[in-house]
Amino acid sequence: MATRKTTNGAPRGASSGATGSARTTGVRDAVIVGGNRIPFSRAGKRYADASNSEMFTAALEGLVARFGLQGERLGEVVGGAVLKHSRDFNMIRESVLGSSLSPQTPAFDLQQACATGLEATINVANKIRLGQIDSGVAGGTDTISDAPIAVSDPLRRALLAAQHAKTLQGRLKALAQVRPGDLKPLTPATDEPRTGLSMGEHQAITTARWGISREAQDELALASHQNLTAAWDSGFFDDLVTPFRGLTRDDNVRADTSLEKLASLKPVFGKSLATSAEVPAVPTMTAGNSTPLTDGASTVLLASTDWAQAHDLPVLARFVDAETAAVDFVHGHEGLLMAPVHAVPRLLARNGLTLADFDFVEIHEAFASTVLTTLAAWEDADYCKNELGLPGPFGSVDRARINVNGSSLAAGHPFAATGGRIVATAAKLVAQRAAETGKPARALVSVCAAGGLGATAIIESV
Amino acid sequence: MTDSYTRLVNAGLGKTLSKRLGLPRPAVLRRYRPGDPLTVGPVLVLSDAASKPEADAVAQALLRWEVDVRREPTDDARWGAVVLVLTEAARPTDVSDAVLAVGSVLRRVAPNGRVVTVSRALTDDDPPELAATRGGVEGFLRSLAKELRAGATGNGIVLTDGAAADSTSALATLRFFLSARSAFVDGQLLPVGPADAGADESGTATDRPLAGKVAVVTGAARGIGVDIAKTLARDGATVVCVDVPAAGEGLTRTANAVGGTALQLDVTADDAGTRILEHARSRHGGVDIVVHNAGILRDKLLANMKPQQWDAVIAVNLASQLRINAQLLEAGVEGLRIVSLASIAGIAGNRGQTNYGFSKAGVIGHTRATAPLVARLGGTANAVAPGFIETEMTRTIPTVTRELGRRASSLQQGGLPVDVAEAIVFLVSPAAAGVNGEVLRVCGQSWLGR
Repeated sequence: MATRKTTNGAPRGASSGATGSARTTGVRDAVIVGGNRIPFSRAGKRYADASNSEMFTAALEGLVARFGLQGERLGEVVGGAVLKHSRDFNMIRESVLGSSLSPQTPAFDLQQACATGLEATINVANKIRLGQIDSGVAGGTDTISDAPIAVSDPLRRALLAAQHAKTLQGRLKALAQVRPGDLKPLTPATDEPRTGLSMGEHQAITTARWGISREAQDELALASHQNLTAAWDSGFFDDLVTPFRGLTRDDNVRADTSLEKLASLKPVFGKSLATSAEVPAVPTMTAGNSTPLTDGASTVLLASTDWAQAHDLPVLARFVDAETAAVDFVHGHEGLLMAPVHAVPRLLARNGLTLADFDFVEIHEAFASTVLTTLAAWEDADYCKNELGLPGPFGSVDRARINVNGSSLAAGHPFAATGGRIVATAAKLVAQRAAETGKPARALVSVCAAGGLGATAIIESV
Repeated sequence: MTDSYTRLVNAGLGKTLSKRLGLPRPAVLRRYRPGDPLTVGPVLVLSDAASKPEADAVAQALLRWEVDVRREPTDDARWGAVVLVLTEAARPTDVSDAVLAVGSVLRRVAPNGRVVTVSRALTDDDPPELAATRGGVEGFLRSLAKELRAGATGNGIVLTDGAAADSTSALATLRFFLSARSAFVDGQLLPVGPADAGADESGTATDRPLAGKVAVVTGAARGIGVDIAKTLARDGATVVCVDVPAAGEGLTRTANAVGGTALQLDVTADDAGTRILEHARSRHGGVDIVVHNAGILRDKLLANMKPQQWDAVIAVNLASQLRINAQLLEAGVEGLRIVSLASIAGIAGNRGQTNYGFSKAGVIGHTRATAPLVARLGGTANAVAPGFIETEMTRTIPTVTRELGRRASSLQQGGLPVDVAEAIVFLVSPAAAGVNGEVLRVCGQSWLGR
């Protein structure tokens, strides 16, 4: 991994902006051709009766239409959903069969919580880079509106026992074990199984520990809405989004929100912290600076340069490299959503880059404070030394480079679909910037996930 | 789908009753399917005495298409079509025998049969007798078309600039009029000039005359645009489907149905033509055909018309076409074949549609002016003016108005979107190069307008 070559074989300076290259020998480039998603919709609204596979198929069909892939046998389609029915065991493959792609296109499901979409992209990119496939689609879909609901364990055991019983009496005897309380359905929980705390409560602790202010969070949320609105208005998403079920724009974005409106919202997370002995703090996290539950699906088309060229397809960017990380949040040592903070320094070190080398930084806004704690941690000398093993502060990110076209606070966050949204957005951003300036442009992508997970990636213009 | 009244009077008790009561009995029209015979029976080629050599040439061409061609009006046939060649008739009296010969076989024209006249256009130098003869053909044809029954249609080829009756474009037009592709074209006379030397006849008789061509269709997400895209693709073209981003869901369906690409683009954007060209060139190697189909309605009596209602219709239906054409011409696109959607509302006018009427008549106007500009680069620009077409849009018209719209035509029914598409596909076909600057009505010989 030590050998580095530039894309064109010509050495480039490594002093400022997007310069240098991180291509390793022995592998070829994986490029991002484009993306397509459906507009994201707040849970229970427009997509209330749309299933995960319907949404993914719609996103995939839009991608096929945009790039004329009808009947094409792609190398692989990879994606997943965080909240998934057991009947959807082969969801992505079923979506492929329901699409206009060749039925000979292989597919598989994967899941890494909120990092699913990015992890799918990493998988497809790696297969392309190794020459195992020439083209592939990565993506994800999630619905809260149509989430699977399970029955309680006692009821489930009784039903299974009744099914296995050979006689009517046996079946009745099994079912007689059911108590009224067992009939209560189990709705899917996003709480951490090991701590019982919701993601918001976890983040509230992290927020308090880093002393992130309510104002800073609201400002970030406002910027997200303003940036996403501006991106929509400028037509940025005209070739990244295809309407679904009559919805033509993300319906969570609020063009008319303001700091006053955001400031008027009551905190929803961290309310118990006021009396906490460990990290006493005034609660700061509201519905305005936290992502809402959202339905949606996204896809990204990746390929080898040759395949894209042979199919007369555009190339937005290279998918350069990726790094995942996990943290020990269970014992309270590290914040639940802090894994990307650990992943990025390792990723950048491997590629000989610093934070200053990025024109765009896409940090998934699980909460406004997730972005802010990430930035604060990288600027903290002690933390960087003790937790990240760095000689000093990792560095600062110019705020004007962060989530320039909005992120999850405004768009919403259908868990597995967020990675595809960010990758396609980042790829188009670097392509546009490179076209404007005539110089290479580079984006850093960071997505935190449940379970103390995080996935990060580098995307670079071609 | 054929409307329910037409279905009712064509089967069972409804058929018997409507016959007895003398109700209008619109026919179920024969529509084109690849592989079907060109006509429903033998083709009779008639002419006046002076036009016999031209008629012979036309008959030879029909034989090359493996059509059963006859030259005598015998009693034993159910005629699939009658072709009446009057190109060399010089005096009104010259045509008597020929037109009466047509009359003698009219009762034996098969359902969905065809009558096609071939004549010459009036010119400024015509002596009065010649002008009377040539002009008379138009009135004859339009009247005859109204006498035809059971889905039979009458149309005319009007040769201009000395084009021969068996020239490439004249034959391509004849083939279109004879075929089921022209099911809802009735009572029309289409001027046809000599095609450029580059015009290609080879595709005329094949099922895929547009093979290798790249076509752009605006407004392809729904309505007639869907059928235009499908019909272009059926005939071999690669189709770029364009519609506003908000219509992307339907656009995806169209693009995936025709194996084309979806381009989410507002045609009223300043750089719409440039972006269409960029997409077509980078993804498909160029553009050969543009169909300006995108259109909107904002009906209001002029007294109640708001600026945005007027302006939106003009912007989408008219100004966008002008801008896109200008950008494509500016870029020097060669051999470009343009078809714009006009409407009989642009010819006859409609109450409550001053904006729409302006835009559609404007389309007819600019088509005439665009034609010579495109011709310099070897292309053509034509318009298609649909009459009453069965679409989602016309389904919302109140019942009585809708029934009037349907029945007030020789074919006594609304057309289907595919009928409009077939006319467009004919006009953009290589062999139709001699048709330029014209407006072809697809209206079942509607009583409205000319």
